[in-house]
Amino acid sequence: MNRHDIIIIGGGPAGLAAAAAAREAGVEDVLILERDVRLGGILNQCIHNGFGLHTFGQELTGPEYAERYADKVEELHIPYKLKTIVADVSADRIVTYVNAEEGVQTVQAGAIVLAMGCRERPRGALGLPGYRPAGIYTAGTAQRLMNVEGYSVGKKVFILGSGDIGLIMARRLTLEGAQVCCVAELMPYSGGLNRNIVQCLNDFNIPLRLSHTVTRIHGKRRVEGVTVSEVDENRRPIPGTEEFYECDTLLLSCGLLPENELSRAAGVKLDRVTGGPVVDDKLMSSVPGVFACGNVLHVHDLVDYVSEEAERAGRQAAEYVRGGGGDGETVVTLEAAGGVRYTVPQFIRPDNMADSVTVRFRVSDVFRDRSVAVYYDGVRVSKRKKRIMAPGEMEQITIRKDGFKAGIPKKITVCVED
Amino acid sequence: MKSYQLTCIQCPIGCALTVTVGDGGEVTVTGNTCPRGAAYGEKEVTHPSRTVTSTVPLEGGALPRLPVRTRTDVPKEKIFDIMAQIKKTAVKAPVRSGDTVIENAAGTGVDVIATKTVPAE
Ligand SMILES: Cc1cc2nc3c(=O)[nH]c(=O)nc-3n(C[C@H](O)[C@H](O)[C@H](O)COP(=O)(O)OP(=O)(O)OC[C@H]3O[C@@H](n4cnc5c(N)ncnc54)[C@H](O)[C@@H]3O)c2cc1C
Ligand code: SF4
Repeated sequence: MNRHDIIIIGGGPAGLAAAAAAREAGVEDVLILERDVRLGGILNQCIHNGFGLHTFGQELTGPEYAERYADKVEELHIPYKLKTIVADVSADRIVTYVNAEEGVQTVQAGAIVLAMGCRERPRGALGLPGYRPAGIYTAGTAQRLMNVEGYSVGKKVFILGSGDIGLIMARRLTLEGAQVCCVAELMPYSGGLNRNIVQCLNDFNIPLRLSHTVTRIHGKRRVEGVTVSEVDENRRPIPGTEEFYECDTLLLSCGLLPENELSRAAGVKLDRVTGGPVVDDKLMSSVPGVFACGNVLHVHDLVDYVSEEAERAGRQAAEYVRGGGGDGETVVTLEAAGGVRYTVPQFIRPDNMADSVTVRFRVSDVFRDRSVAVYYDGVRVSKRKKRIMAPGEMEQITIRKDGFKAGIPKKITVCVED
Repeated sequence: MKSYQLTCIQCPIGCALTVTVGDGGEVTVTGNTCPRGAAYGEKEVTHPSRTVTSTVPLEGGALPRLPVRTRTDVPKEKIFDIMAQIKKTAVKAPVRSGDTVIENAAGTGVDVIATKTVPAE
């Protein structure tokens, strides 16, 4: 069997940054496997600007951001295979991939970086009643059809869900001459960034109806309209609030799901909340030598954080194949409590941790003038006031190694407090 | 005197701004918590600008569409004029990211540029 020191699954921004970081950390033999016809992942279809403010201090479009990382991979002469699907990963890091030239191949990896990204929650997972007419797309599929393949998806469009992709598509469709009648959001707050509400909806007078959902899709062959109802605090439609909107297209922008079939096959333990692998401070999963980063680990709204996280995963994978460190016995569990939905990583191995570890998390509701508190075994060690926190924006705290001088806690709790 | 209600987008806090323009053109911003909000509010009301992104048909490359954008932001009221010009434009591969696709789009003085490198097939 062929062997590679590090195999990276997925050539999106996460895979590319992980590959470059692993090579720069001194591992020569790195291979990227990508199922698409080009590198860059989802960014190829995100033609709008707003990427890279943190990393490059300027606003790039998705393709420009992706190209910077793809160019780096080329400059470092890191090999990659396109149109190559990884079909299986085993717990002892045997990777099975398929492509037209080589057929089915199995290779042994010294370490694996999972960077498969995520996919959109499809109609089936939303349980929308009605027929199954043509004209229903997830927002990202519509984005690919328009931006990459050049099709027009509809003339009169209703968007369900206020996720960023739906908002971006509302603007895109309007600029292309379609009419976007409305964006409806089940929750009482938007799932998208403020900036996208202003620049994609308000700029074009597109109404956003919070606490509303689609309760019926009309049309047998093609979408002819939708019935929209207001929902109560338990997200159940309120009878008598139905309104009909005529439209020929319905876009769904109702969340993203990390794509973890391969992780599951390898026996990687998954987090019920994030849908991604449970990882330690080195972004290593429950399977030794298998690392994860980017949207496969947890859904990110800013690609800059994806790149940073992926560099960390790449460096750690390099460290692992060089036999560096060792994990140590001690494990500190990170607990997400009151108002915090999850943390990534989910635990820390302090014996071999970096001087500081960034812990990212999301809150469960919109909180104004509240604090993020951190407890070590029930004793509060920090409390930081935040003007606003919202489920749509990722938050972070830093855990410092020297904070463990007084003794290593068993459990670190992160929560929202008054 | 005229007044406008805006949401500041300079940071995630999203302060609710009220911008008033007096009869002599003097602008006052309230509701902001920091100077960035004041600057944003004033600009949004006096000369709002945006970056326009779209795609144009691409001939002879591996992709049927080429993504493009305005090199810098342009006055907001020019967005649809620029889109009309973009819709009449087609490009032949090869093209490099940053290449000019439309010069001086809709008379704004700003070029529309390619945002992807696509070699000829
Ligand atoms: C539509 C959309 C709009 C966005 N807009 C913004 C924005 O405006 N600003 C911003 O900063 N961020 C934005 N984001 C977020 C950001 O783009 C993503 O967080 C980032 O692209 C995630 O990178 P990734 O590498 O983890 O995943 P991806 O980019 O999805 O890459 C994953 C790659 O893995 C490949 N792959 C998957 N499974 C396999 C397999 N079995 N074998 C081989 N290859 C495989 C896929 O083909 C893909 O190329 C947006 C995201 C989406 C989905
Ligand atoms: S005014 Fe300042 S604090 Fe308020 S949203 Fe704008 S940038 Fe943020």
